[in-house]
Amino acid sequence: MADPRTVLDARDISRALTRISHEILERNKGASQLVLLGLHTRGVPLAHRIAQRIQAVEGAGVDVGELDVTMYRDDLRKQPTRRSHKTVIPGSGIDDKVVVLVDDVLFSGRTIRASLDALADLGRPSAVRLAVLVDRGHRELPIRADHVGKNLPSARTERVSVKVAEIDGEDEVTIS
Amino acid sequence: MKHLLSIDDVSRDEIETVFETAADMHDVQRREVKKLPALRGRTVVNLFFEDSTRTRSSFEIAGKWLSADVINISAKGSSASKGESLRDTVLTVCAMGVDGLVVRHPASGAAHQVSQWVDASVVNAGDGMHEHPTQALLDAYTLRTRLGSLQDRHVAIIGDLTHSRVFRSNVLCLTKLGARVTVVAPPTLMPAGVGAWSRAAGFETSYDVDAVLPEADAVMMLRVQRERMSGGYFPSAREYTVGYGLTRDRLALLKPDAPICHPGPMNRGLEIAADAADAAQSVVLEQVSGGLAIRMAVLYHLLAGEES
Repeated sequence: MADPRTVLDARDISRALTRISHEILERNKGASQLVLLGLHTRGVPLAHRIAQRIQAVEGAGVDVGELDVTMYRDDLRKQPTRRSHKTVIPGSGIDDKVVVLVDDVLFSGRTIRASLDALADLGRPSAVRLAVLVDRGHRELPIRADHVGKNLPSARTERVSVKVAEIDGEDEVTIS
Repeated sequence: MKHLLSIDDVSRDEIETVFETAADMHDVQRREVKKLPALRGRTVVNLFFEDSTRTRSSFEIAGKWLSADVINISAKGSSASKGESLRDTVLTVCAMGVDGLVVRHPASGAAHQVSQWVDASVVNAGDGMHEHPTQALLDAYTLRTRLGSLQDRHVAIIGDLTHSRVFRSNVLCLTKLGARVTVVAPPTLMPAGVGAWSRAAGFETSYDVDAVLPEADAVMMLRVQRERMSGGYFPSAREYTVGYGLTRDRLALLKPDAPICHPGPMNRGLEIAADAADAAQSVVLEQVSGGLAIRMAVLYHLLAGEES
């Protein structure tokens, strides 16, 4: 496997998240009725960062939650059982809200399919949108992101790795 | 993990993993849609050769909330009552393509024996006077939720130890999690050989409830299992209550925040007074809801992954 090549450094990630935050606000015409749900694991800190930026722009807070889709995956039986994480839905719920799912990498689309199933068990949002830091292609399902930090053409054999400071101590996206 | 037959087979790490999963499962109980698709397409049979309300319904709901197909078979009303052997009953059920078997049986070792006959994962839901591992897991989970950690906490297990599989599983589980355990019973209900076991496993024994209660960080009352008693183990119910029951007077000896557990069903007025059963520090109902979460976690870990 080739040495990891940095495709986004900390400043690139920061700019991408700022742009995504503005796009979300524009698309939603403000922050009202907005809920950001970060997908475990690295989607969660990214969702919080987007929420901070929205707060800075709008002056109003936006609800943030965490979504774990382990139980909803279609490959549960193909690997040893994994531990699930906590799903945290803001107190006001997601009914009739615009839910923005936030994840680090969009690849096959299967995680997002699982997220949509999980959301259906949690409530009925008025709309569901998807924001990802990196879209690396190779979709296996008809799913696309509404907000993308960087489109990253990649070979299926390549490995895209996202690090975030809250978990990994640094911000970086590499491909190898 | 393929089967859950005894707490002895489960490592401390595996217990922690089950607890973490159970905490997530607990959240599902608060949702409007109490359903996860993790075991969709799996079939679980609850095979109960002994009467049970909470354990059987707990496993049934746990399986259903994980989207498994769950079937309950009781000895009463099944071919077992016509004289069919346990082996034939089990093989017949498994020939229908069952993935998980939850077995309760009055004979110690029955669940282990069943696991030798079938490919399905087997959960021991109580075998005679031997073990009841999910009860021990839910008790420890409930106590840990209340106490934070079980490391060096003093748990007193009081009552009919001789006939209690809950006691055996709990001693194994609690000591594995670092708790200090004292078991208390009248001499007639102290199991033979407990002295050697307690020295090997590192727990204490006592005949004196009043001396143990003030030092306990948690107390676990056991049911007096009169249906298993063939002789007179104590002169009268009244004498048992006076000597070993958690009475209103003894409640005052307990630390105010020490949780009171009981695996149920409770003999109110015999081993536990209504004042204790309904006290603010009683966690009997938390044990039931935690038990559901534990059983969901156990079924998930046994049945969801590729290893099963």
